[in-house]
Amino acid sequence: MTPVLQVTNIRKQFGGLTAVDGVSFSVNEGEILGIIGPNGSGKSTLFNCVLGQYQPTEGEVRVDGQLVTGLRPCDLNRLGVSRTFQLLQVFPQLSVRDNLILAGQEHKGTMGTRLFGARDAGLTADANRMIEFFRLSHVADEKAGGLSYGQQKLLDAAMAFMAGPRLVLLDEPAGGVNLTMLGHLRERLQAINAEQNATFVVIEHNMEFVMALCDRIIVLAEGKVIAEGTPDAIRSNPEVIEAYLGH
Amino acid sequence: MMDFLTSRAFKGTVFVLLVIGLIVLPFFLRPFGLLLVAMWMVHAVAALGLNLTLGYAGQISMAQGAFVGIGAYCTGLMTLAGVPYPIAFLCSGVLCFAIGWVLGYPALRVQHHYLAFVTLAFSTLVFLVMRNEEWLTNGIYGLTDIPRPVLLGWNTGKAQDFYFFTLLMTSILAFCVWWIISSPWGRAFVALRENPVRALSLGVDTRRYTLMAFAMGSSIGGFAGALYAPLVQFFEPNSFSLTLSLKLLLMVIVGGAGTFFGPFIGAATEVLLPEWLRIAQGYYLIIYAMLVMVLMMFCPTGIIGLGERVIAHLRQKKISSERSAQAQAMGADTADKKEGAGQ
Ligand SMILES: Nc1ncnc2c1ncn2[C@@H]1O[C@H](COP(=O)(O)OP(=O)(O)OP(=O)(O)O)[C@@H](O)[C@H]1O
Ligand SMILES: [Mg+2]
Repeated sequence: MTPVLQVTNIRKQFGGLTAVDGVSFSVNEGEILGIIGPNGSGKSTLFNCVLGQYQPTEGEVRVDGQLVTGLRPCDLNRLGVSRTFQLLQVFPQLSVRDNLILAGQEHKGTMGTRLFGARDAGLTADANRMIEFFRLSHVADEKAGGLSYGQQKLLDAAMAFMAGPRLVLLDEPAGGVNLTMLGHLRERLQAINAEQNATFVVIEHNMEFVMALCDRIIVLAEGKVIAEGTPDAIRSNPEVIEAYLGH
Repeated sequence: MMDFLTSRAFKGTVFVLLVIGLIVLPFFLRPFGLLLVAMWMVHAVAALGLNLTLGYAGQISMAQGAFVGIGAYCTGLMTLAGVPYPIAFLCSGVLCFAIGWVLGYPALRVQHHYLAFVTLAFSTLVFLVMRNEEWLTNGIYGLTDIPRPVLLGWNTGKAQDFYFFTLLMTSILAFCVWWIISSPWGRAFVALRENPVRALSLGVDTRRYTLMAFAMGSSIGGFAGALYAPLVQFFEPNSFSLTLSLKLLLMVIVGGAGTFFGPFIGAATEVLLPEWLRIAQGYYLIIYAMLVMVLMMFCPTGIIGLGERVIAHLRQKKISSERSAQAQAMGADTADKKEGAGQ
């Protein structure tokens, strides 16, 4: 079986600094892969290289076996790869519903039908379903900028799912989210994973969250993969404890 | 009541009343007044176009006046050469669309004040062409005796007829703009303004939308020029100098960038207000400049933003007064109970 995502020997240099140093990994369909590592270990940079936000200095990325290095983020997204960013990124002046419709509209029709066709690109029902799924119904018509941080974080994640992606890369989805909301978020992600067989790669510092969510984890330190395995194996790996988890 | 003030129904009502008002207006105004109102509409159209580029898509342009000029010269020259007005009108829009598209390319590389400088340079370039290329534009003497169109037997030569013609065209163009901003394109433009990186990650082809925002905004500027030419019937390069671009920019910002009605209000403050404030004479500009400064300091979202704030404030007041009324009622309740308990 071809992996949904195959990353081979990615390297990214910023001037003299090597942020990502020859990282390879692959993710199979329906899998949830966690990426952990200390601050500055190159996790977000790795995402940006995979998603076409940055041009990697070296290495290649394949989605379903197809070479995608060099593709623009919007083209990659239309192939069914979506993401969230480490820092919250919603459109504050658009309503919650419009944020979601926007996240789906470019996957429907052409530029022409988007100009002359339905005002909502036929996505209101989908958006409402997503709003309900992420329990945002009571704020559906509010401007996203007026929501609480945790709610915006949920909306941010919901937007990544709006177009029914095959592969979703989430950069610290739990950052700044409170405990109740956190359990809720994990449950949502697992539900989407189970129902739509979506494949996830999740960067996260919250160990409890990662261990409970992921099937497999890779650990980055100084731009290199230092360990890979099941949550239990990672938890007891002496090198990981040394580099990241502490005592 | 307060909810009604921000509802779609309210906006629709205002729009219909406005249009009815503009239709009956000719029966109360003299020709000069009518042409002034027509002038307001033409400026509003140009500002609507800039609002699409700047207010919605967030791409600053200091060249909207130049596009009005290109549109005006295109229509003026063509109709003077005997080309039917509708064809000249369409050519103005198409020409500005094409030039606007090309002007959009710098916006793919630079943003904010750098983009302002690029468009500023373009504006100067267009002005120089209009002034120096005498074989084409008649140089500093400009174009004179531009005919007003005769459409399907309707001669728009008289002030009142031309007023109605302008009203019709303005309504059509305003509808087109409204159609664009309420479509998925409008949503994509706002996304482009608010967070291009996130928009790109959601499949929004930001290159294409940026170019489109420039092209469409410019083309509406061109249409405004095509209306301006037969309205004034005489113009020269100075009519479209940088001053016009700056005025249009001011209209969009004072009215409320990124709102549909903002450009209409902004254009009114630029075109109509000076006439009504004639009494203030030379002080008018000083008063106006000061008002703009105060507005920008306290309400950078323009007059529309100010209105929204007032409505929000009133609503808040109403809610809190309802709350306190409720609280009083409840207080009376508990007091009753206490009395009851005492007995
Ligand atoms: N655009 C950039 N230009 C220069 N250096 C960068 C850039 N982006 C990241 N870096 C550097 O690359 C290194 C890795 O950063 P990155 O953001 O990938 O870390 P991270 O693992 O995501 O950290 P965190 O857990 O804090 O989010 C850091 O040293 C950072 O300073
Ligand atoms: Mg990071």
